[in-house]
Amino acid sequence: MLLSYLPVLIIIGFVVFLASAVLFVNKLVSPKNPYKDKLSPWECGMEPIGNDADRGHFKVHFFIIAILFLVFDAETLYLFPWAVVLKELGIVAFVEMFIFIAILLVGLIYVWAKGALEWV
Amino acid sequence: MPDVNTLIEVALIIVKVVIVSMILFSLPLPLTWLERKIAGHIQLRLGPFRVGPHGVLQPLADMIKLMFKEDITPYKADKWLFRLSPIVAMVPAFAVYATIPFGNTVTVPFINKEISLHIADMNVGILYVLAIGGITVYGIMLGGWASNSKYALLGGIRASAQMVSYEIALTFSCVGVVMIANSLSLVDIVHTQKGAILGILPNWNIFYQPLGFIIFLIAALAETNRIPFDLPEDEGTLAAGYHVEYSGMRFAFFMLTEYLAMVTVSVLSVILFFGGWNSPPLVPETLNNLIPPIFWFIGKVAVFIYFFMWLRFTLPRYRYDQLMTIGWKILLPLSLLNILITGLLLI
Repeated sequence: MLLSYLPVLIIIGFVVFLASAVLFVNKLVSPKNPYKDKLSPWECGMEPIGNDADRGHFKVHFFIIAILFLVFDAETLYLFPWAVVLKELGIVAFVEMFIFIAILLVGLIYVWAKGALEWV
Repeated sequence: MPDVNTLIEVALIIVKVVIVSMILFSLPLPLTWLERKIAGHIQLRLGPFRVGPHGVLQPLADMIKLMFKEDITPYKADKWLFRLSPIVAMVPAFAVYATIPFGNTVTVPFINKEISLHIADMNVGILYVLAIGGITVYGIMLGGWASNSKYALLGGIRASAQMVSYEIALTFSCVGVVMIANSLSLVDIVHTQKGAILGILPNWNIFYQPLGFIIFLIAALAETNRIPFDLPEDEGTLAAGYHVEYSGMRFAFFMLTEYLAMVTVSVLSVILFFGGWNSPPLVPETLNNLIPPIFWFIGKVAVFIYFFMWLRFTLPRYRYDQLMTIGWKILLPLSLLNILITGLLLI
């Protein structure tokens, strides 16, 4: 049991080591010549405008998409175990799952009708 | 004190991890050359030609150049997150391969030991791949946010919204395959695709799940930020998107992640829908004994990689509202319909 999950730890450790080694070599051989203009955020060569507090400003639609994602992502968690044993459980499990999906679909239809999926 | 067999197993796992990671780490070198060559020939140009014969040493030259570049951290950036995020994006792209089966077991000559061509056969295989693959979006989002630059922020937010939207359709399209295989393990999924339908057609899931495959392909294109869905790096409006402030090796890590994502979706399409390492049924037995299964696997993956590169230089880019319409209003209902039809046919 442990042996089938140990590789995850090993591969993550090895890749982090590899990435750090490459970054270390990069640090050794790269030139270091920072000055203010080079370190400023890239805005097509103009002086950067606005201040840091403006960073949080973005269209609220992105946030709605994130919340919608949570709902359907939870649904996928139920779908996978259900899909594995569907043939054993038969028609009852099938109908039950589709009642569950239908309830979530009502949510999608509501969001759709409210226009939250329109981007203009 | 663990016994000798366990220690041998662990040593074998470490060897496999090192080999697979090193291959994946250097895979973008030939792939960038291939992509630029294909782009060139599709657009009636020659592509890279100067460095080495037919430009084959070009990616090596590019790598050396990136190695010697200054690693710039903008003064406005969130320094710690900015330096961390390329690694956060890169590590999951490698970690996915912990459970990918590349072929059947092979017997090593001389010591007569059977070795399976996968690092680990997890019983949650496909779920693990989708879950770990999804973590990449954190690296991209953090990179865009920590840069504290307007282009990078927009690119990062666009990328995260796009990736979470299409992840749903991608996962739902895999459910159909799981229903057929009755297992989440990728090895089992490949084993169920052995044999032939009516003696001619291969017994691959593509013939049982055509709709699922189309949804998977479209969602995978969006998930890997490739044309026609490469809005996070739309040059015309966003310069380079979330990695606009990155330079040197950290920039290279983001590029590496993108190429690995393309390889991963090719590998997944082959395993889930095209029979993994199984050979087509009409291949004569003698030929089948000569060619190891891993060559069929690599060949199929290569076809998919070519297909994705071909698409990139053939299709135009969608608008952002079109992207969201396709994801939520078309692919999501279609993928649910696919699960419904598959379930009705199976029970």
